[in-house]
Amino acid sequence: MAPPPSGPGAKDMLRLITCGSVDNGKSTLIGRLLFDARQVPGDHLEALARDSRRYGTVGEEPDLALLVDGLQAEREQGITIDVAYRFFSTPRRRFIVADTPGHAQYTRNMVTGASTADLAIVIVDARTGLLTQTLRHSTIVSLMGVRHVVLAVNKMDLVDYSEQRFTEIAAAYSLLAKRLDFAAVTNIPTSALRGDNVIAPGTAMPWYRGPTLLDHLESVEVDRGGTQPFRLAVQWVNRSGADFRGYAGTVLGGSICAGDEIVAQPSGAASRIARIVTQDGDLAEAGAGQAVTLTLADAVDVARGDVFASPDRPPHVADQFACHLVWMHDAPMLPGPTCCSLVPRR
Amino acid sequence: MPAPNSYLQTLEAESIHILREAAANFRKPVILYSIGKDSSVLLHLALKAFFPAKPPFALLHVDTMWKFHEMIAFRDRRMSELGLELLVHVNRDGVSRGIGPISHGGTVHTDVMKTEGLKQALDLHGFDAAIGGARRDEETSRAKERIFSFRNAAHRWDPRHQRPELWRLYNGRIHAGESIRVFPLSNWTEIDVWTYIQQEDIPVVPLYFAAERLVVERNGMLIKVDDDRLPLRPGEVPQPRLVRFRTLGCYPLTGAIESQAANLSEIIAELEGAHTSERQGRAIDHDQGGSMELKKREGYF
Repeated sequence: MAPPPSGPGAKDMLRLITCGSVDNGKSTLIGRLLFDARQVPGDHLEALARDSRRYGTVGEEPDLALLVDGLQAEREQGITIDVAYRFFSTPRRRFIVADTPGHAQYTRNMVTGASTADLAIVIVDARTGLLTQTLRHSTIVSLMGVRHVVLAVNKMDLVDYSEQRFTEIAAAYSLLAKRLDFAAVTNIPTSALRGDNVIAPGTAMPWYRGPTLLDHLESVEVDRGGTQPFRLAVQWVNRSGADFRGYAGTVLGGSICAGDEIVAQPSGAASRIARIVTQDGDLAEAGAGQAVTLTLADAVDVARGDVFASPDRPPHVADQFACHLVWMHDAPMLPGPTCCSLVPRR
Repeated sequence: MPAPNSYLQTLEAESIHILREAAANFRKPVILYSIGKDSSVLLHLALKAFFPAKPPFALLHVDTMWKFHEMIAFRDRRMSELGLELLVHVNRDGVSRGIGPISHGGTVHTDVMKTEGLKQALDLHGFDAAIGGARRDEETSRAKERIFSFRNAAHRWDPRHQRPELWRLYNGRIHAGESIRVFPLSNWTEIDVWTYIQQEDIPVVPLYFAAERLVVERNGMLIKVDDDRLPLRPGEVPQPRLVRFRTLGCYPLTGAIESQAANLSEIIAELEGAHTSERQGRAIDHDQGGSMELKKREGYF
């Protein structure tokens, strides 16, 4: 695909998740981001006004949480059941926001939202401080591989914008985060309801000199696997005519050039990349995140689910491993018989 | 090598990944080709995903018999240009009952000719996965839907019990009779679709571009007089207006917008300043609050 010289296509994308306990204001925070960034179309605002009269919880004001709670049961009960995805864009970045449920019984839906995020906004109510859900969600976010966290200490308007309260909560979270695998935690005091430090700094917290939430989201740098060793999991064996045998997949980490040596796991068969095929012409190189089709110099036995890797840093092949599991089924897990299946299947 | 960070490339790569998973997971997957801009992008991505082979998918259009004539002409031209074979399904039972948007109203027409028609076609051919161009930014219940979205044997969606969907792993496990709806464009927005159409030079139906067209104004909607099946009300005279369509569906149910955007750059510029959402012109979305969710639960795409 031809690179756009500039314009909207040249921006990068940040995927984020908001999490935290129920009633900490997650949906309101996202609603505020969309609303203040002027990303809510007029007919949606009219629907919002109508729905606010019917389901709203903030009196005469539009209830911004209703911008994200989309299912009827959610609007009627005023809760978030499943993750909702929202999109907005600034001149600097394109954002995908996953708004996730705070109730413990819907935690598994929160896991779905966390798995695709580059960054997590952990929302804490300034009045209550850290809760069990704060710990649970932070642990899950870390397990899913999210390395960047924003701790949004929300509802600052209800604690008189107290700097001391903000500092206490930030310190407590810092202790908790030490046990988790985060690259960076950024603490921001907010009032999603009033809009303080979401997009605009507001005037209520002159003691806070850090970035607003949007400033941070626009500027944070996240690693997308470009520095890791080369990996590509074969999704599909592409046979076109008698002569063409290509292996289609997405580069999961690192990069690959035509001519590079690779090893196919788990068999360990070695070969060399002959071509990197796309409809727009062969590429000399493909990097993390690109969906390509590779052909090999040798006829080796490769099927869906096999992994191509750089021969000097191949993945380990093992039939035993230890891991943490997030259990999603209603019925408890029973130790003993094999209960896992691997995706993708052959 | 193209700049690795542009978000359109990220979206393109994700969609290709999803299409390949759909091909690998199902016995008989089908692309629902509805002729509009999203379908055009979907088809383009499917061609890319499996190049140099042809996409391993059947192509299906559920024809309600009330599409704009230009849509049908475009459909037939594109299929012949690409050398692809398209299955066209019409709910014959609905036709014999004389169901239409004017005689029966938008809700009944859409339910019978579109939703029922789709279910008939899926059952008739035994498709176990239906790939569509729906996007999460279109509407609030779509914003909640998984990329691989489970349907029971009656084609029903249960939004309160969706499956986990982690990382780039999509769960295609189903029992006989059940199916999965696959949405490769989930994370695209309307403006992304247009920007990509421009970048990739993808053909679209000319109705998207502003031109003088004969319309009547009804219930605040500008309805194009597409053929002589639209009965004019007393005193109603079709007027030429400079209009275009943001979405395409059944012509008596699809409102045009007044616009001067006659090419892709002008459409993108118009959307960047837009103050209304894309589906505002679709009458069937506005019957009642949450009506898209209700339709989707019944099997609407």
